[in-house]
Amino acid sequence: MIIYIPTPLRPYAAGQSSVEVVAGTIAEALSSLTGTHPELQKHLYTEQGKLRAFVNLYLNDEDIRYLPAKEATSVSATDTLSIIPSIAGGC
Amino acid sequence: MATTTSPNTLPELTTDDLSRYSRHLILPEVGMEGQRRLKAARVLCVGTGGLGSPLALYLAAAGIGTLGLVDFDVVDASNLQRQIIHSTKDIGRKKLDSAEEKLLALNPALNVVKYDTMLSSANALDILKDYDIVADGTDNFPTRYLVNDACVLLGKPNVYGSIFRFEGQASVFATKQGPCYRCLYPEPPPPGLVPSCAEGGVLGILPGLLGVIQATEAIKLILGKGDSLVGRLLLVDALNMRFRELKLRKNPDCPICGTNPTVTQLIDYQQFCGIVPESRQEKAVKNGIPQLSVKELKRRLDAGEDPLILDVREPYEYQIANIGGTLIPQNDVPQRLAEIDREREIVVQCRSGARSQRIAEFLVQAGYPKVVNLAGGILAWADEIDPKMQKY
Repeated sequence: MIIYIPTPLRPYAAGQSSVEVVAGTIAEALSSLTGTHPELQKHLYTEQGKLRAFVNLYLNDEDIRYLPAKEATSVSATDTLSIIPSIAGGC
Repeated sequence: MATTTSPNTLPELTTDDLSRYSRHLILPEVGMEGQRRLKAARVLCVGTGGLGSPLALYLAAAGIGTLGLVDFDVVDASNLQRQIIHSTKDIGRKKLDSAEEKLLALNPALNVVKYDTMLSSANALDILKDYDIVADGTDNFPTRYLVNDACVLLGKPNVYGSIFRFEGQASVFATKQGPCYRCLYPEPPPPGLVPSCAEGGVLGILPGLLGVIQATEAIKLILGKGDSLVGRLLLVDALNMRFRELKLRKNPDCPICGTNPTVTQLIDYQQFCGIVPESRQEKAVKNGIPQLSVKELKRRLDAGEDPLILDVREPYEYQIANIGGTLIPQNDVPQRLAEIDREREIVVQCRSGARSQRIAEFLVQAGYPKVVNLAGGILAWADEIDPKMQKY
């Protein structure tokens, strides 16, 4: 499946705007991502291993917080995961 | 949802209005009543910069009756790449005055109300209460949370837009049925993690795209027509010209707009965003990193000292101006520590002192014993040491 990497995190994913991973669940997909790009770990997760509150994850167009199985949700090869951090620029 | 003025109390259109807005009047979605709703509407633009420029101009063009403008800033040359409400002759002038002039030139019937202040917990409720809709054109997290909370507490829709480099987000928050900003992002990122436009750069057209989307949403709310961005997050990628949409849900546990709110008044947003005010004594050291002034660096260099000046900017920046430092762009530093001698004193330098501060903290965590941050960066050097140096 494809994981879309937002602009602020691209420097930690070798500059890529999307990464292809093979995974059966959302959690596996993220594990694969941070395995290949370990610097993303601390930007996505706190030291306690929780997803940072200013980063949202979307499976296709749905926020994973509202999926019944959350990160354990199964994914298929045609699904996409989007990482959407908060941005504040406006000036 | 249209703003709740009954047709009988809507202002009449003058003959000037009828000719000016003819292209609106013949649109079924606007018509006479819609135009009168626009004329009755009061919209507050927080910020008259990148987002605020196109936002305010198009609202004025559309015939909004009253436009409030909140801004305390002054026009700078570097604004003109994108803040199109301001002109070259306005450099040095208050943005509020420059914006008012252009808005009245476009639409002399517009009622402009200026608030020459920084929006804060002390004044936000007072300023926002007289408006129907608030458009957030600010550029920092504390103010975004402040605007959101004030809108929720007052029951005013918050037309949201934000940008970063060449990506943007837009939505409409704080309607009764819809989510608020905190539903989407319960917590802000730690300070320094997401660069500002000054540090990260921004494609000049980007706030133009997003600002007009915000104006569109404000107008649709006033008219009560079309499908608004309530419950939807529009993502704009200008570089690849892709528009995507994600679903936003109202969070029942949201601390301010949920079923059991715990935030019932405005808070200290600087503290909420982890920004600790600097006391005088603390200015010499920030997060454990000693701050070196450019004057002191110059003195040391002239005295024959030999610190390693580590320039963590990008190569194109180094080409514009440099002070002879060793260039290792910030994102390469972790992989190139072998090139940074632990025995020497390291003076970390960037454009304004922000990136270099973060890299200095990283080096200290990596065990470097002698690391200082060049406060104010190369901009301070250009201001205080070498006025011939190119600023950018």
